[in-house]
Amino acid sequence: MACFLVPASEAVITTVAEHIVRSREKNTEEVKSDVPKVHFSEKLGWLNRMLWGGSALLAFEHVWHGEVIPTFPFLTAVQNGETADMLAEMLTAGVGMAVLVTLIWGGMVIASGVITKRSKSTDALGGERS
Amino acid sequence: MTLLVTVFAAVAATLIWYNKENDNRMMVGTLCLMYWGASIMWFVDAIAGYIEDGAAFFTPAAEDMLNDLYLGLSVVAFGLVIWLAILLIKDPRGIVRKAITKNMN
Repeated sequence: MACFLVPASEAVITTVAEHIVRSREKNTEEVKSDVPKVHFSEKLGWLNRMLWGGSALLAFEHVWHGEVIPTFPFLTAVQNGETADMLAEMLTAGVGMAVLVTLIWGGMVIASGVITKRSKSTDALGGERS
Repeated sequence: MTLLVTVFAAVAATLIWYNKENDNRMMVGTLCLMYWGASIMWFVDAIAGYIEDGAAFFTPAAEDMLNDLYLGLSVVAFGLVIWLAILLIKDPRGIVRKAITKNMN
């Protein structure tokens, strides 16, 4: 019906957050290291791309099924008086989509942190040996 | 079927990204994340469908499967068009910029 609107709304928030974090990162001093550091704004960018991309492709599917229309009110569920059903679907499937994408992104962030730490410790060991 | 087609597209894009190592000039990573995002969302949709229909969810009618396959391929094509648009706008290799300035001269 309109489940893609929930991850799309989250994408708007995370995009704003990415811009704020990026501007703050530019102001802070960077510690030089051989291992390239993945900034948090870049990590937020992964989430943004997943949310925007997924929402766009899901919106296409909704247009395909005639659930999104080019005229006001743009959603057939609202036009047919099924707003309550639509909101219920957004609360279940929509929120589920947003939560699962965010959880998987969280896993990616943790994994990248572990990989960076390992690279740093390997570099330190290499430096001690040489 | 749409979920399946999108997952295959996501896996293919990820393999291409992995094979290219640090070369991010084609922005394949963006394509990967787009397809994975859509796959995760359709996965949740599939769970909702399974809760609603039960085992019948896995035995769709042939006509529905064909329509979903058509939709899945269209979604993949739409994703590629979005990726291409981002690539040409951001132009990380400077090819569009070069072509425009060449024409101006």
